[in-house]
Amino acid sequence: MGDVLTAVGVLVGLGAILALILVMAERKLVHSGPVRLTINDADPVEVPGGEPLLSVLRERKIFVPSACGGRGSCGLCKVTVRSGGGPVLPTEIPHLSPEEIEERVRLACQVKVRGDTAIEIPAHLLEVEEYEVRVEAIEELTYDIRRLRLAFGPGVAFRFRAGQYVQIETPIYDGLGEPVYRAYSISSPPQGTGAIELIIRKVPRGICTTYVHELLLVGDRLTLNGPYGEFYLRDTPAEAVFIGGGSGLAPFESMLADMAERGIRKKVTLFFGAVARRDLYDLERFAAHEKAVPGFRFVPALSDPAPDDGWDGETGLITEVVGRSYGDMAGMEAYLCGSPGMIDACVRVLTAKGVAEDSIFYDKF
Amino acid sequence: MTSQGAFTIFIAAIFINNILLSNFLGMCPFIAVSREVRTAAGLGAAVVFVMTLTSGLNYLVYAYLLEPLGLGYLLYIAFIVVIAATVQLVEMVIERTSPVLYYALGIFLPLITVNCAILGVSLFMVIRQYSFVQSLAYGAGSGVGWALAILAMAGLRKKMKRSRVPAALEGPGITMIVAGIMALAFIGFSGMVPM
Repeated sequence: MGDVLTAVGVLVGLGAILALILVMAERKLVHSGPVRLTINDADPVEVPGGEPLLSVLRERKIFVPSACGGRGSCGLCKVTVRSGGGPVLPTEIPHLSPEEIEERVRLACQVKVRGDTAIEIPAHLLEVEEYEVRVEAIEELTYDIRRLRLAFGPGVAFRFRAGQYVQIETPIYDGLGEPVYRAYSISSPPQGTGAIELIIRKVPRGICTTYVHELLLVGDRLTLNGPYGEFYLRDTPAEAVFIGGGSGLAPFESMLADMAERGIRKKVTLFFGAVARRDLYDLERFAAHEKAVPGFRFVPALSDPAPDDGWDGETGLITEVVGRSYGDMAGMEAYLCGSPGMIDACVRVLTAKGVAEDSIFYDKF
Repeated sequence: MTSQGAFTIFIAAIFINNILLSNFLGMCPFIAVSREVRTAAGLGAAVVFVMTLTSGLNYLVYAYLLEPLGLGYLLYIAFIVVIAATVQLVEMVIERTSPVLYYALGIFLPLITVNCAILGVSLFMVIRQYSFVQSLAYGAGSGVGWALAILAMAGLRKKMKRSRVPAALEGPGITMIVAGIMALAFIGFSGMVPM
């Protein structure tokens, strides 16, 4: 009995002394006070300084995959560190390709959060969650395009990057057998709190769009999940062309408002392709963005203006208008949002003009 | 207690009883971190440092705490606790005091906290009944031996980047085979010092 007690006593004593020393050392040596961590353009959050990024993220319920538990041997916990993080460590080099080092990819278990840090995590790693929302407002933008304002419940923080989309669950109606999901880009900026806006065009016999246009009322509840997508403004100095058709202005509204909010300077021209004047919407919003975002230009173009439109702007298919507006487009970026047919046509024109294929971004849905 | 000189034990631990190539301890970081010579050198240096330090500390814990109280059987758990705490502490001190040393050595320390070679050295030290000085020499020698092995492997793997390894054996597979051949070569040293 005495032996057991001695054994337990010795172990506990040894453990306690070492733990005490460690705790004191950690107090004195590691923690450098709170620092700000920005994840994927969300609002910065305060986190304790001095900890490995992987454990900081884990505490925030963001689970970056890691098989080795942070010892730098599996190389799975890759994240992009946009600012902060210090130099690439020798422990990381074996796991990173030269391209990844160039793109500032790091191992989250090796990067210590010492100062203000901004990181990018693949969107699918951030919890894509399901949310209950309430229809707060419905606004008729044109005869077939509506803007929905969807409010989250109190205390729900929905984070996304400008340009991402959500999926709406269409409830069962009119003999529809099961709920269907349709994706819509968010048109409000990520800084907006508590609510998002979507721009939805009525597609003839479209399941979700018909529901939204004919059955949905203010005050109704909807279920959506997200955010999804890699369609966001790249952090490069390259001049950018935005091309949108129909309800495809939604992600660009979000990006421009975000640029204005964050003071991002980038030369951007938005081409908006529509048929006639009755298809145009949000012109005053884009006029405001032209004032608020230096380097931004808005070019609406009509392919078939009605005689009484009194249209004196650009005319023709949007691909023709873009083609006319530029000579060589090498080195430029292009962001496309619209019907698959429009995107395919634009990609053909843009690559012929010299835009690199990996500089053309779109979500086809 | 063995009567071998500390220097003999040091040399023997490097070449004859190489902790990695004759006992196959510490294989995990050996396979995972031997892709770059620079990284391997940093990890090797960290292992030398930690092995020397922990074999000394564990000797003190064993000889002055566990042994007198008749608690020799607790050595596994006691050694693990001491090693883990020491490594963490050293890392924190280096990190705060010398950024240069931290980037060269400190960042490798957490990787080897749970390295079985570190524990193995402390256990062998007890089994072979080394004295304090002998333990230090054995720890340092084992560390140098491990560093030598991973450096050699990193050099070989650098060469192997250009060789055509069968697809199924790429990465860890061919590394294990090469480690086996290296171990065979090191057997050539056996018998130089009677253990």
